[in-house]
Amino acid sequence: MDFGLNEQQEMMQTLAKDFLAAEYTDKVLKAMVKDDLGCTPEIWDKIAGMNLLGLSLPEKYGGVGDFLDLTVVLEEMGRVCFLGPYFSTVVLSASLIMDAGSEEQKKQYLPTIAEGKILVTLALSETSDNYTADDIKLKAVAKGDSYILNGTKIFVPDARAANYVIVAARTGKGVTLFIVDINTSGITVNTYQTVAGDKQGEIIFKDVKISAKDILGEVNQGWSYIEKVLRKANIARCAEMVGMAEQALKLTLDYAKERIAFGHPIGAFQSIQHRCADMKMDIDGSRFITYQSAWKINEGIDTEKDVAIAKAFVSQACQRVMHSAHQVHGAIGFTEDHILHYYTKRARAYEFSFGGADTQLEKIAALYR
Amino acid sequence: MDFRFSLEEENFRQEVAVFLEKEGPKEWQKKKVSFFDMSGQENWIAIHREMSQKLGAKGWLSLHWPKEYGGQGLSPFYRLILREELAKYHCPGYHSLSVDFVAPAILLKGSDELKKRFLPGIASGEVMWCEGLSEPGHGSDLAAIESFAKQDGESYVVNGQKIWTTYAHFADWMFLLARTDRQAQPNYRGLTFFLVDMHTPGITVNPIINMAGHYDFNEVFFDDVRIPKENIVDSINRGWYVAMALLDFERTSDLGYAIAGTLLNDIVECARERDILDAQNQIRMAELVVECEVARLTHYHVTWMQAQGKGTTYEAAACKLLGFESIQHVAEFGLKVFKQFGLLSDKSSLAPLYGRISSCYLRSFGHSMEAGTSEIDRDVIAQRGLGLPRLR
Repeated sequence: MDFGLNEQQEMMQTLAKDFLAAEYTDKVLKAMVKDDLGCTPEIWDKIAGMNLLGLSLPEKYGGVGDFLDLTVVLEEMGRVCFLGPYFSTVVLSASLIMDAGSEEQKKQYLPTIAEGKILVTLALSETSDNYTADDIKLKAVAKGDSYILNGTKIFVPDARAANYVIVAARTGKGVTLFIVDINTSGITVNTYQTVAGDKQGEIIFKDVKISAKDILGEVNQGWSYIEKVLRKANIARCAEMVGMAEQALKLTLDYAKERIAFGHPIGAFQSIQHRCADMKMDIDGSRFITYQSAWKINEGIDTEKDVAIAKAFVSQACQRVMHSAHQVHGAIGFTEDHILHYYTKRARAYEFSFGGADTQLEKIAALYR
Repeated sequence: MDFRFSLEEENFRQEVAVFLEKEGPKEWQKKKVSFFDMSGQENWIAIHREMSQKLGAKGWLSLHWPKEYGGQGLSPFYRLILREELAKYHCPGYHSLSVDFVAPAILLKGSDELKKRFLPGIASGEVMWCEGLSEPGHGSDLAAIESFAKQDGESYVVNGQKIWTTYAHFADWMFLLARTDRQAQPNYRGLTFFLVDMHTPGITVNPIINMAGHYDFNEVFFDDVRIPKENIVDSINRGWYVAMALLDFERTSDLGYAIAGTLLNDIVECARERDILDAQNQIRMAELVVECEVARLTHYHVTWMQAQGKGTTYEAAACKLLGFESIQHVAEFGLKVFKQFGLLSDKSSLAPLYGRISSCYLRSFGHSMEAGTSEIDRDVIAQRGLGLPRLR
């Protein structure tokens, strides 16, 4: 049993933390909420320059490190409430291409992702956000060496920024994955206005012709890859929420130590201390449970139940932390000017992303039936 | 990072499981008796003592002690594995007050002579201890205790009263925190940590029955009780530091998550047999699975810190709070599942799990008080862990 980070992970943590603290300041975050990409090209280039876009990919595709290293970096991104297309490109798409792609596809996409030259996203949801194979209705009909795609995908992360999109499509009884250039004729992208400022949109496919060469993995076998990437995605969201909750606690402690009421810093009052203690237990527990699953994913150990447990806990714990952070801050944290609500809103978005707490609890319950 | 037990640790778990299945009390296994429910069982003290000596004979009560004091020098995860299996197999015999409270305190703060005198009896499971900390006027505010030990030649003479003294009615020895300096400022600098033979003249033990109807704790009176000065751990007026170290061990001793997890499994199994686990309770069950898992990892984390020799500040308090409150929540769940049947006592044939639902539920009220209240735990986390200022 070992809860410690190794030297490389510690290095990665420091690198990401220092870089993001300097470059992705509160001021930048506020600006990026209104930006299409969520990240300036300069910052993105620097992220690529630090090899963070190749995290968890093999060296031969320009990668470095493993999923635990990636988890460490995502926690740091959470700390600054990072908004760029990192999650969609690295966590969702690079993982999927690595798992499902042919050697040729890996060579084509992965090094360019690692170099920061292309952004890729995953188009999964349609009418609901249940994340089950049955929900995939977008039709892909074979026609010669091609497929014709018709349908609409909703809640596509970074839909506006992406150069390529991996589409989960219905092909008869199964689901098939296609990797598609976003500029292909017949594709329309509409951006959502989200409360949390996270970049999402819908992608409409109208008679979009895709070559059979652009199938990722095998025909009708796509969902097994999706299940695998959903586990990674949920743990990645957990890692981000751990960082966000940690930052919310830091803001809260700073405030509780300096804000004077009744002649004392409010942090000296038990009512405030106990809230903060609960926040700390929630955050520590979230971190342990996130890293346990991240470690299992890294080791190739089955994580179906662990991921559901982690996401169920972390997403609820993170809401509790945000709520307490607001309560301790009082009215000042309720203002638009304050940074706290950026975290609160994002925590909500990430809770529901890839299945919220209720969905996860239902999954756990089902395992005992 | 590694969330696996080593092969040796897994082998040890297997060895323990085989032993407990064979040697554990069959009646308790049938009734699925919980660790905190054991005093509700007939003839429990004799069964507890017998099992304690069996564990001692295996060398399992001193697994992580240094070899020079009869231990095996193993990681504290061995202790944790043993206790997980004890919970799983519904076995008594692990007298936490001896093995996990006072033994580590003696190991950490005691003289070589005290170690040689007291550790073997604990390791063999023969000598059982009780805890003399709380007083009628001072529980959470422990530093204010008043029981006074006055020096008289080579001895100290104690007068005063302790309360909530678990198992004092059969314990052989007590570790006692008493005041030796009434003028000390701050007051905790006037306390001394003594080891007291419970057969010493002047000690009177009176029972206190808890709301579950169980006899666990007592009030203990000291009338001119003479303690030789050799029985002081550390030195005069340094008892607070021994007690604080002890409390950190105490808070990581009983595995709340394992006791809760076993109870949860028993409840779910019984409810499924009766086909009464409805959709709402299935979700509640899932929530408790999540809660127990977080408490488990929190306990593993603090055990890992102990294994590394890393000083803990707030972690033990968080570990105790989450683990013990998880038992409360599981016990509450039991009532929600079995409803009126859950409120039947163990005397009723209709009671599920031999009446354990009601007794675990009633006993669970104590879990957020014993070993430091949840409020004190939160104070510790806020002040020692997060650096928030003290009001006083």
